[in-house]
Amino acid sequence: MKVFKEILFKAVTYFAAIFSILALFGIILTLFMEGIPMFQEVSLREFLFSSAWYPTNEHQSFGALALFFGSLAVTIGALVIAVPIGLGTAVYISEIAGSRTKEIIKPMIELLAGIPSVVYGLFGMAFLAPFLIRNIGIDSGLNIFTASIVLGIMIIPIISSMSEDALSTVPRALREASYGLGATRWETITRVVIPSAKTGIIGSFVLGFGRAIGETMVVIMVAGGAAQIPSSVFDPVRPLTTSIAVEMAETVLGSIHFHSLFALAIMLFIITFITNLFTELFLFKKVK
Amino acid sequence: MNKRKLQEIVGVNFLRLGVIFTAFFLISFLYIIFSKGGSVLSWTFFTDFPREGMTTGGIYPAIVGTLYLTILSILIALPLGVFTAIYMVHLAKPYWLMRIVRIAVNTLAGVPSIIYGLFGLTLFVRIMQLEVSLISGALTLAILALPVIINASEEAIRSVPRSFREGSLALGATERQTIMRVIVPTALPNILTGAIISIGRVAGETAPIMFTAATFYSRMLPTSINHEVMALPYHIYALMTEGSKPDQQVPIAYGTAVVLLLLVMFVSATAIIIRYKIRKSRKW
Repeated sequence: MKVFKEILFKAVTYFAAIFSILALFGIILTLFMEGIPMFQEVSLREFLFSSAWYPTNEHQSFGALALFFGSLAVTIGALVIAVPIGLGTAVYISEIAGSRTKEIIKPMIELLAGIPSVVYGLFGMAFLAPFLIRNIGIDSGLNIFTASIVLGIMIIPIISSMSEDALSTVPRALREASYGLGATRWETITRVVIPSAKTGIIGSFVLGFGRAIGETMVVIMVAGGAAQIPSSVFDPVRPLTTSIAVEMAETVLGSIHFHSLFALAIMLFIITFITNLFTELFLFKKVK
Repeated sequence: MNKRKLQEIVGVNFLRLGVIFTAFFLISFLYIIFSKGGSVLSWTFFTDFPREGMTTGGIYPAIVGTLYLTILSILIALPLGVFTAIYMVHLAKPYWLMRIVRIAVNTLAGVPSIIYGLFGLTLFVRIMQLEVSLISGALTLAILALPVIINASEEAIRSVPRSFREGSLALGATERQTIMRVIVPTALPNILTGAIISIGRVAGETAPIMFTAATFYSRMLPTSINHEVMALPYHIYALMTEGSKPDQQVPIAYGTAVVLLLLVMFVSATAIIIRYKIRKSRKW
């Protein structure tokens, strides 16, 4: 009986461990199972290099390029905002703030990280967009610019907390040596601390990129939704995630359009998979 | 004043500015949501069903739906997560399997939530024919929460001192007894903290439940796991993108956001308090 219990315990433990692998394979399998059928009617070439996304026209076309650029535009915009602020906050917390200030800033960042994305979307759509129309004289507030601001704020906590982890692994002795040589705080930060934590910091940017490009609710609500390759930051775009989420509700199960949305998801999965791989590599280096 | 000193002052204040911006944003963000949403909050907002195409009435079914979805998904994910963590820390054999599990967990953590939605739609809704239902949504959210719970549980279990395990084994306890009666109970408060944090995360997810569980409007509360449910985050999205009376819908969306934020904050505050208490009472 006792032996049986031991074996059962081990079996349950192994099953749980293997479950994550199964879940990941399940995700990959379902994406490909439902995505591949699209390529019976749409060439890979059209899908990757055409920017004409007209899934519901009489002459359907499924070019994902504009959607890809839509995702890229808002993600890069978000990084432009989140990288300086996120890294700045991390450096401030780890190098300058006293323990009292730290105790205020850290929960603040945690609070920011805990706000659901749909609430950010609501804020962008119902407040920020009209606010920008009134104040900077644009016709529509739902565009790359607004989406980048909201997405950027959303990924500040990711960048700042991971950069801070990286900064905290820099040995104290390096800082002390730098101060000992007469360097100022700014010189120590920019020439000693940040260069030594470089890999972890870049890892945090990559992670922020992955999070922003996969974000759905904010871009549905704030990016505007027009499937076009943008020519200005005030153009509306339609990121991959928007197409998947919005059109899935409208399409017929099993149609080419339905399969094409899974093909978009494959594209998104590959992008985030590569970003993940990069983060892993950076983190692994850090540990070494 | 020389150049180096100037650089120091400008640089440090630039960093300070970043922090001040973040704080300013957070405060104005919360102020806007709470001030615009506060006006619709009333007792009936919490206890009433939506009325007249969601232009008036309350959000009771959405609150209930979110609670059901969240609790059910954590109940599914927690045992799986804890056992995976036990495997990672104490069994960890064979080595190659542990590496693969680790890679799988990290990869899952980075998969966008909309892809979980597609997966749930394909596997639970269509292949397993669970339809758009509470259970399909909860299963989807459980898989989404799994990496967070595994990582938190692993950290919790790893932080139990080695001597606990050695002492127990030396007294003749088996590996199972040691883990289930000594290590897991010791790590439990930290494991629960991790679980609570993931509750906050799961409660706010929209994309995974869009095609697996959520409905725009429901006349009744779900009485079985096979019913579709309303949920707070999806309700906000629906109010903002559907319907024809934005003037009346937007304030309700703000009100719903306040309820969702309060729920999430309450949950994280609980986690923080538990964490604080553990740190204080720890004797090793």
